[in-house]
Amino acid sequence: MDGDFTTARRAWNTLETNHRERLARASAITGGKVVDAADTVALLEAVIEPGDRVCIEGNNQKHADFLAKCLSQCSPERLHGLHIVQSNLALPAHLDVFERGIADRLDFCYSGPQGLRMGRLVDEGKIKLGAIHTYLELYSRYFCDLTPRVSFIAAEAADADGNLYTGANTEDTPAIVEATAFKSGILIAQVNRLVDRVPRVDVPGDWVSFVVQAPKPHYIEPIFTRDPAVISEVQILMAMMVIRGIYEEYGITRLNHGIGFDTAAIELILPTYAEDLGLKGKICQYLSVNPCPTLIPAIESGFIEGIHCAGSELGMEAYVSARSDVFFIGRDGTMRSNRIFCQLAGHYADLFIGSTLQIDLEGNSSTATLSRITGFGGAPNFGCESRGRRHASPGWLKAGREQPRPGTMPRGRKLVVQIVETFGDGMAPTFVERLDAWTLQERFGLPLPPVMVYGEDLTHIVTEEGIANLLLCETMEEREQAIRGVAGYTPVGLARDRAMVERLREKGAVRYPEDMGVDPRLATRDLLAARSIRDLVRWSGGLYDPPARFRNW
Amino acid sequence: MEHLEFDIAGWAGVNPARDHVLVGVVGSGNLEVMIERAELAGRCAVAIDTSIHGFAPTWRRVVEDFLARHRLGDVRVSINDGGATPAVVGLRLDQAAAEYTGGVR
Repeated sequence: MDGDFTTARRAWNTLETNHRERLARASAITGGKVVDAADTVALLEAVIEPGDRVCIEGNNQKHADFLAKCLSQCSPERLHGLHIVQSNLALPAHLDVFERGIADRLDFCYSGPQGLRMGRLVDEGKIKLGAIHTYLELYSRYFCDLTPRVSFIAAEAADADGNLYTGANTEDTPAIVEATAFKSGILIAQVNRLVDRVPRVDVPGDWVSFVVQAPKPHYIEPIFTRDPAVISEVQILMAMMVIRGIYEEYGITRLNHGIGFDTAAIELILPTYAEDLGLKGKICQYLSVNPCPTLIPAIESGFIEGIHCAGSELGMEAYVSARSDVFFIGRDGTMRSNRIFCQLAGHYADLFIGSTLQIDLEGNSSTATLSRITGFGGAPNFGCESRGRRHASPGWLKAGREQPRPGTMPRGRKLVVQIVETFGDGMAPTFVERLDAWTLQERFGLPLPPVMVYGEDLTHIVTEEGIANLLLCETMEEREQAIRGVAGYTPVGLARDRAMVERLREKGAVRYPEDMGVDPRLATRDLLAARSIRDLVRWSGGLYDPPARFRNW
Repeated sequence: MEHLEFDIAGWAGVNPARDHVLVGVVGSGNLEVMIERAELAGRCAVAIDTSIHGFAPTWRRVVEDFLARHRLGDVRVSINDGGATPAVVGLRLDQAAAEYTGGVR
């Protein structure tokens, strides 16, 4: 016996040894960390091995687009069977790697405009789909069973030692970097500029394997800019109901807003409607959201104390930098965003409010539509009850008291609100007996229907007709009728039991504008603190610099 | 264009603040609503011109609910619709009624 354990003969540093082999192969291409853009395909073929798990940084906004394109140009004889673990598939190159047989497995979060093509590639067997995650889930799996062997990231600038400055769009970079660098992975950064000294070190150089200056700056999508000019009176009416019927009622100070026009309308009537109601300092003080331009009037009028951002927004850089009491700003003067921390801050806030495409009679909602695989990004982690929460706040306690609960132990409750018009684009009813998600599940063989916010997590539904408070519904039948009671003239709404809805109204589970002191006559565009992008520029004192496509003056 | 007319039982006892009101504008996704006082033995006469065909039953429900909500009678309601959703229609009707009754509900 004397010490002859078989485990003692196992090598325990194979990843590290392999890491050194990869770097050795790369030494034929570069003598240091900096790699010429023209040599990038050769570098990738040298350091990636068939079957590797590869992460291409693809956030909501920022994309390692040059490296993604280079990967798609690699030889399928050299590189094949790759397993892509990537949060956001937005660019054609992201799917080209599957079309060309370089990669065949995929775990991801969100696909947006590539959803249709992805559906086809899954049908053709070119993509073996692992799972569709939320952002937090996929990042968590980077530190568990889906750690990348090679990761591509995007940064604003790098120095010769590989120190990286991400600029305001740090987004998902820290999660990818941490998981890759500390598990003997190869980390390749594409940067817009090579500099002698970076303005601040967002990623330390000794974590970075290689740096490539891309021929063009990395792609950034301005997805959080909502033009006040197209906010409708119906959206203003719904915003008024949210402020009176939910924010004021529960005293909501910490929250997360979605990024649609419905929540932009709320932001734009804070300095007018909510101010007149004396709600400044009582609601909407801390937000977890990107720097949406429609927040400017509420910030300038002193409503909002603090905002932590998952990413940035084009045109908002100078404004954000000049408001370092509100935003999170580095010593260099530019914003630092971080999607994981923003998601966590929003998860443990008092309220989430966002929009959706379909809601069923149990309150389950989904933005999944037939024929597309898109995923939900971060919405499910914001739009759910935070069951690990232990600290109290007045709104959280009030919601907890409202919810019927078995047993005697008191508990709080996060508010999860969906704000929708009863009819969407093309007069498609938002309220349905059966979500398209069920058909999607069958079509793509998914383990579950893709639901964005589960009915059991949802507490309120706001429509132009009124607010359904699902916490006050004691049975599934009551819940169904409360939903029908705000579903307007959709078939679901028309099939309501009027007597039961009236009873629900008496106990506050259904409330119409007059029940919460909302006067529809005020629901005009005059109520908006800014009625155009130009007004937003004016509110910002000229600091907001909107992208050209939003300028019409 | 589709032209619809409904004759609907009204409610007694509403004293209008003015003889007629006009709110909204005809435009894509929007509508114009006029409410006029009329001697109709308590009934309500509703005339709708809409750019979208085939929604007569929905219009009838929207208008019936509206008249009941504001307990209107002896009125002529004229609607010029540019393809508004029921949400916009409801809001515009409520705004017109609030003007007509002087905000008393």
